[in-house]
Amino acid sequence: MTTSTGGHDLDALYQEIILDHYKNPHHAGLRDPYEAEVHHVNPTCGDEVTLRVHLTDGPDGPVVQDVSYDAVGCSISQASTSVMADLVIGKPVEEALAIHQDFLTLMQGKGQVVPDEDVLEDGIAFAGVAKFPARVKCALLSWMAWKDATANVMEESA
Amino acid sequence: MEGLLPDLEVVRKDFPILSRTLAGGQPLVYLDSANTSQKPQCVIDRMVDHLEHHNANVARAMHQLGAEASEAFEEARDTVASFIGAPSRDEVIFTKNASEALNLVANTLAWAEGDWSSRVGSLGAGDEVLITEMEHHSNIVPWQLLTQRTGATLRWFGLTDGGELDLSDLDSLITERTRVVSLTWVSNMLGTVNPVAEIARRAHEVGALVVVDASQAVPQMPVDVVASGADVLVFTGHKCVGPTGIGVLWGRREVLDQLPPFLGGGEMIETVRMEGSTYAGIPHKFEAGTPPIVEAVGLGAALEYLRDLGMDRVAAHEQAITRYALDGLATVPGLRVMGPTDPAVERGGAISFELDGVHPHDIAQVLDSRGVAVRAGHHCARPAHARFGVQSSTRMSSYLYTTPQEIDALVEALEYTRSYFRLGQ
Ligand SMILES: Cc1ncc(COP(=O)(O)O)c(C=O)c1O
Repeated sequence: MTTSTGGHDLDALYQEIILDHYKNPHHAGLRDPYEAEVHHVNPTCGDEVTLRVHLTDGPDGPVVQDVSYDAVGCSISQASTSVMADLVIGKPVEEALAIHQDFLTLMQGKGQVVPDEDVLEDGIAFAGVAKFPARVKCALLSWMAWKDATANVMEESA
Repeated sequence: MEGLLPDLEVVRKDFPILSRTLAGGQPLVYLDSANTSQKPQCVIDRMVDHLEHHNANVARAMHQLGAEASEAFEEARDTVASFIGAPSRDEVIFTKNASEALNLVANTLAWAEGDWSSRVGSLGAGDEVLITEMEHHSNIVPWQLLTQRTGATLRWFGLTDGGELDLSDLDSLITERTRVVSLTWVSNMLGTVNPVAEIARRAHEVGALVVVDASQAVPQMPVDVVASGADVLVFTGHKCVGPTGIGVLWGRREVLDQLPPFLGGGEMIETVRMEGSTYAGIPHKFEAGTPPIVEAVGLGAALEYLRDLGMDRVAAHEQAITRYALDGLATVPGLRVMGPTDPAVERGGAISFELDGVHPHDIAQVLDSRGVAVRAGHHCARPAHARFGVQSSTRMSSYLYTTPQEIDALVEALEYTRSYFRLGQ
């Protein structure tokens, strides 16, 4: 499909998995019930996400029951939101936060970090994004929103 | 093609960066000049020469180098004054950029006193500041701050679907309450050229101060500050083939004399006593501290370069390339241009557009992989984007060195983008 070196890099960025999530985002839309809603913006490009989290009590602490969102943005930010929702929904908050940390490490690794597929699943497709500094913020927008919203709920209940 | 600069290939050779290649050996197709323009060798050389041979502080060094540096700096002021038709060189204030110039005006107005009988006065509840929905954030936020701090009200002209100022409610917007009208001459997003002289005339009928943001006008068209009708006009050096770090605030002497000082410090004073100080006259009153000296010298060289090319010719080139670009973009399926597209309407060289099914970020990324540099985002004009119901757009912006072949490369790269994201015909 591609012809130039530039195009080769492009394929590293736009993995099939990313384009699939972009075209068919999982868990999209805002849903009830929820305990916290946040709105995050990427001020340089104007991408925005409104995100809600719904936590319930589990045997070993709170569990991410649902993450719902309304997002406008590029393929990277949209796909990342979809993958994030897939990864954290149903997990204990503590485990979800660890996944968040792994994704953050991957994104900040300048392309040097080898992702663990068992933890990040479709999230490993974003390894290429880490080589495009201008796009890292796109990939992190909704992850940061989720962490913020989750922290809000945890604080309220503490 | 009619209107192009006669020696375009020669002109391009003046800009060393235009011959560099990018990753994968791709030639550079630079279509982001509304963001910042490239610099000709003569500007680079003049700055290097100044640093190599004439460097000293200005106005306060009593030695030969000091005299040379001061002379070079003040010569740049003369060049600016003559380039924009300023009645007096003292009316030309050097700032860091257009943003600082606009903030200078908005801030000093917050402290100004007087009754507005000669277009400066104190602001308070009941007074209005009028801007437009197509402003760059630099011409929105300072006025928001000013009106919030003084209790005055901020109002604005809306936009038509075609991307022009909606002047239908002009009479209800410009009233006895209007104290300041601040607007852009040429939009950095839509490319619209606003009827500044006409709006200035109406604003002056009610005694309002007229501020014109000429950041996109000075690079592209002949600008005469007096004919523009502005009381204050600002622009930024880096968009008119000059360096970054230097901007210009021109103001009518009567207005600048009435505005209180902005920053306090060296060079802006007459005498300083511990109990209080008196201030220098313009331009020094507004130039506290060591100014951007080599940047001013570079700007002088840049404006000389533009003067020698001829701003009429630069404007004709921009018009021709913009027309060609609009025609080319119209052939791309699913592409919608925001802003004037009617060939009969004069417009600037910034063309912002949407492409169905692909986000501007992704478009810019694919174009970049083919060496085509454009801007994606809201271009510091979020309200104008909101007006058109979009979060962001892709913007191509040409300049005096842009060739029709580069526009062809853009159009081709957009077709490639569509196929990359698997969009049908
Ligand atoms: C219309 C307009 N006004 C103001 C500015 C601000 O210029 P600067 O960032 O150099 O202050 C720009 C440039 O981005 C512009 O296009």
